[in-house]
Amino acid sequence: MTPAPPALESEGLGIRFGGQVAVDDVSCAFHPGTLTAIVGPNGAGKTTYFNLLSGQLRASAGEVRLDGVTITRLPPSRRSRLGLGRAFQLTNLFPTLTVLENVRLAVQARAGIGLDVFSRAARLRALIERAHAVLAQVRLQTRAAVPAVALSHGDQRKLDIAILLALEPSVFLFDEPTAGMSVDEAPVVLDLIEQIKAARRATILLVEHKMDVVRRLADRVIVLHQGRLVADGAPEDVVASALVQEAYLGRQAGRG
Amino acid sequence: MSPAPPGRGAHVRAPPGRVGRLVLGLLLAALLAALAFAPFLFPGTRAMATASRIAIFVVLAASYDVLLGYAGIVSFAHTMFFGIGAYGVAIALARFTPGWGALVLGAAAGIGLSMLLAALIALLSLRVRAIFFSMLSLAVASVALTLASQLRDLTGGEDGLTFSVPAALSPGFRLLAHPVLGVRLDGRLLTYYLIFLVALGLFLFLLRVVNAPFGRVLQAIRENEFRAEALGYRVVLYRSLASAIAAGVAASAGVLMALLLRYNGPATTMSFAIMVDLLLMVVIGGMGTLYGAALGAALMVLAQYYLESLLQALAEAAAGLPLLAALFDPDRWLLWLGLIFVLIVYFFPAGLAGSLRLRAGEE
Repeated sequence: MTPAPPALESEGLGIRFGGQVAVDDVSCAFHPGTLTAIVGPNGAGKTTYFNLLSGQLRASAGEVRLDGVTITRLPPSRRSRLGLGRAFQLTNLFPTLTVLENVRLAVQARAGIGLDVFSRAARLRALIERAHAVLAQVRLQTRAAVPAVALSHGDQRKLDIAILLALEPSVFLFDEPTAGMSVDEAPVVLDLIEQIKAARRATILLVEHKMDVVRRLADRVIVLHQGRLVADGAPEDVVASALVQEAYLGRQAGRG
Repeated sequence: MSPAPPGRGAHVRAPPGRVGRLVLGLLLAALLAALAFAPFLFPGTRAMATASRIAIFVVLAASYDVLLGYAGIVSFAHTMFFGIGAYGVAIALARFTPGWGALVLGAAAGIGLSMLLAALIALLSLRVRAIFFSMLSLAVASVALTLASQLRDLTGGEDGLTFSVPAALSPGFRLLAHPVLGVRLDGRLLTYYLIFLVALGLFLFLLRVVNAPFGRVLQAIRENEFRAEALGYRVVLYRSLASAIAAGVAASAGVLMALLLRYNGPATTMSFAIMVDLLLMVVIGGMGTLYGAALGAALMVLAQYYLESLLQALAEAAAGLPLLAALFDPDRWLLWLGLIFVLIVYFFPAGLAGSLRLRAGEE
């Protein structure tokens, strides 16, 4: 598709839990400026694949490369500092800290000043302004002083994405970003992802169940089934394939 | 996945209580003023000893709060570091010529060893899981306590070490021949102000640490270790550093304790009874505020020193009433102390400082 070298690659990537192979020999490359949707039925290994890419799980086979550098053995914190940003399927915030503080921590991580013991955090204006700007992007600016736990579910998901935006990663991993969001809330998040995509610099991976979202955003779709990569191609082609119909869309139709 | 329960959200959303904050501020100002002018306000050996102890335990409790309230790790080795600091000074002053050189050398050795040991415990255990830090700290603290009582040649064993302090700090020293405002400017006074000023400096240092970007990361790790790591923060490194800083400050408090008592032994600074007191101070005062730890420490030391006398007075007042007189028997002071703690924890679940900060908004 793109001649540019891949930003993120997995080669023969796999993990087994006991006797169970959760992700099996997945080789795939993701290029800057593209959005790849990862689909598959529940339990197909999509989130596990993300965990292997972002380092929450260590691979039992294969390699992960970020900008050509092998990161298979690096902890999540290192991968994050190298530009791999991950949003989580289950809301994953700092619950009793304020919304602003949640984002500020990400801005601070990006600036690499966490080990500063002597400045007054509350006085670091540049960081706070940047955090406010990111909050405005996800339209949470009026909620800055509220503890994260007091936000509605949809707002918590937005905050989760704001934290990711604040990290300014080169690769974004979104795990069902609109799950559990209301009809009003989901478009805000989808617009945000579209904006990131429109800048054409970032590499975006998106685990998503909703086919309309996949059609709207994805340049490419890969299908995982029982831990294996079973289809890879343009959204129209993949969605039409018999295998995907059977493995995935059948269930989707049953769901409603 | 489910939205936050409304009750909890409403509780957290309550604006910080202005009245509560004012009360908290006044209490802290009163504590600071009382300590700053203690020799003039409360003359007498017992009052001075109480004030010195409060200053030392405020620092010790605050440094423990950095671990418990900010970094979210439970350590049972905090009094071990307190003890190592005290032993550093005690051994140096007992073995070498007592003077400022020996004092500084002993203090530096104690503080350095504490920080090193804390970082080591943290690095060994936190890579696995935070709970192993608690277990390892308990094991190491037990070993240290045993060593302190067994290594008679070095530590004086169960009897501990009695030593002389530099001349200017010894009770016989006179700065001026005449009293000022009715107070003799002697070595005791100098010792008190040395303790007070160093304690104040250490407390301000800890405040700085927790309000710096570093402290915010500690809070983030306490709240959600997994996400903090995903943001790029090396959780083990931060926790190890927090642990080393807390240990260094605890050891410094130990140095002050040794100077105050001119004696150190296992029961004075290293025992697990002090560890339990410390936990109570931080929990009663309110975790994660430092100010809470200060209030908790003051309250606890005051109770330990004066509850017995208070009961004595009450018992005498109630001498005619058989049941009350028996209840207020001074020997039962520990029972009353326990009762007070239960009531405080029941009515102020977030600790004194924590509850004062929230209060007014809820009512």
